[in-house]
Amino acid sequence: MGHHREAALKLDNVRKVYRSGDAETVAVDRASLEVGPAEIVALVGPSGSGKTTLLSISGGLLSPSGGRVVVAGDDISGYDPKRLTRFRRENVGFVFQSVNLVPFLTARENLLVVADFSRRDKKKSKARADQLLAELGLAERAGNLPRQLSGGERQRVAVGRAFMNQPDLVLIDEPTSALDTKLGEQVMELIVTEVRARGTAAVIVTHDMRMTHFADRTLTIVDGILGDPATS
Amino acid sequence: MKLALLELRRRPWRFAPAVIALVLLTGLLLTLGGLLDGLYNGFTGALRAQPGALLTYASDANLSVVRSRIDAATIAQVERVPGVEQVGGLGTVLLGAEVPGQATEASVALFGYQRAPGGVPAPPEHAGQVYADTSLKAYGVKEGNTLLLGPQRYPVSVVGWVSDTDFLLQGGLWGTVETWREVLGSARPDQVLASGTFQVLTVSTTAGADPARVAAAIDAATGGKTQTVTRSFAVDSLPGITQQRSTFNAIIDTTFFVAALVVALFFVLLTIERVGIYAVFKAIGASSGQLFAQVVLQAVVIAVVSFMVGALLALAVGSLIPPQVPLQFSASRALQVAVGLVVMSTLGSAVSLRRVVRIDPATAIS
Repeated sequence: MGHHREAALKLDNVRKVYRSGDAETVAVDRASLEVGPAEIVALVGPSGSGKTTLLSISGGLLSPSGGRVVVAGDDISGYDPKRLTRFRRENVGFVFQSVNLVPFLTARENLLVVADFSRRDKKKSKARADQLLAELGLAERAGNLPRQLSGGERQRVAVGRAFMNQPDLVLIDEPTSALDTKLGEQVMELIVTEVRARGTAAVIVTHDMRMTHFADRTLTIVDGILGDPATS
Repeated sequence: MKLALLELRRRPWRFAPAVIALVLLTGLLLTLGGLLDGLYNGFTGALRAQPGALLTYASDANLSVVRSRIDAATIAQVERVPGVEQVGGLGTVLLGAEVPGQATEASVALFGYQRAPGGVPAPPEHAGQVYADTSLKAYGVKEGNTLLLGPQRYPVSVVGWVSDTDFLLQGGLWGTVETWREVLGSARPDQVLASGTFQVLTVSTTAGADPARVAAAIDAATGGKTQTVTRSFAVDSLPGITQQRSTFNAIIDTTFFVAALVVALFFVLLTIERVGIYAVFKAIGASSGQLFAQVVLQAVVIAVVSFMVGALLALAVGSLIPPQVPLQFSASRALQVAVGLVVMSTLGSAVSLRRVVRIDPATAIS
């Protein structure tokens, strides 16, 4: 937890192969990547290109079939599911495509749920949740349920939840897929602003090339093969 | 922050189907249990209340109080058996009783006794006086009433109340030995008993004596004229008692099973519905154990709430049932149902464990 001098994320020859009987599908093929401590990387590619698989491997949601995955100095490649759960709880923040807030929890509680699973100090967690909500301009909406919030407010709550555990790495999945260009720009701006404000590294998966200018670097992935880095 | 409790509080309607089903099942369980207890107590109260560890019947009576006869000479033999501390005679007669101001006769079991059963005072001072079981209040019996017993309308007056002393579902009346003999003689002239003869003996053993050995010694001493058994054995030997209990218990066990099934089905469906949000929870660091604990907590809360509402429902239904129906609600039965319901709900919710464990956190990212 916290910010490290070493790379926030380092992938070294990572492979992910799905087997079904005798058939093999290579979802990610020998991908290597390094994301700096406060760097924002956009990962673009068409549907089925392997970008989501790569994001999942980077966040400890999937284990690679081969290669090394190092997050903030910890090699998580060989972690068992239990250890990966703890790793995600403590080291990674996620912003999901469809926001995925818990509908029966208020904005504050949606943040606190992260601390709840970590069994962190309740008082400190509440203070952190309130601080995050205030920074996101949601102090007045802390007690509102998701259905009482606008789309943008819900997105901000989701961003706050991703930062609740003070992660080394934030992984953001298709944040603009369901939004029009204008709203998509606003959401990306919000996410990038928050990520930069905290000096956290982030990987943003998107199929929308128009959003790549928000990142420090854009990588493409096609058929599981990560393309050469290109500075945005 | 307890996610499970917050969801229950904020989305109670989601749990309404399970709660409604469990409330009805609770009502059914309590009513069935109440009927079983009422029947059992109504059948066996008089025998369960008897003093002493042993009951001695005539060997040819097949443990039937009504058919048994033990004469004075045999009683004297029983009293001399080593290990026997105290012996008392007991007799009963089953008949109808005319209650003042009531059109319907009450069914009663009049007892004459030498040794006071538990909860029953020493025999009344005068012949013709009886203590009545409180169950007879359902037939309109009041203290001070004169009841007319049997075809000869033998009058007895109620001088006090006792409880849980019914016999074969007939209201217990407890009078002197003389009263019992006279009523038996007037109602069944062919069954008049000689003075000193009783139907059954209640036998207390000396401290440290083994009741089973004393029972065997009594039957040996009487030359096989008697059959002596423990009180609990005598109770279980009453006609139909064992079958009655096993039938009711089978229905009750099945109902508990149905409750577990209802909870299992409900939480399996709920878990399927929650796959998406559980995947998110797992992605942000929740373990399967933490998520499953939330499911179990919800199942337990639902069971407790359903029990409370179901208990009120059972009480409401009970108040509508005629008082002559042997329905008895008891705290111990309620506790048994509450614990059973919580256990079965927990087991039912455990069916969701496999599904919770199998939810892949990677599915949180599409």
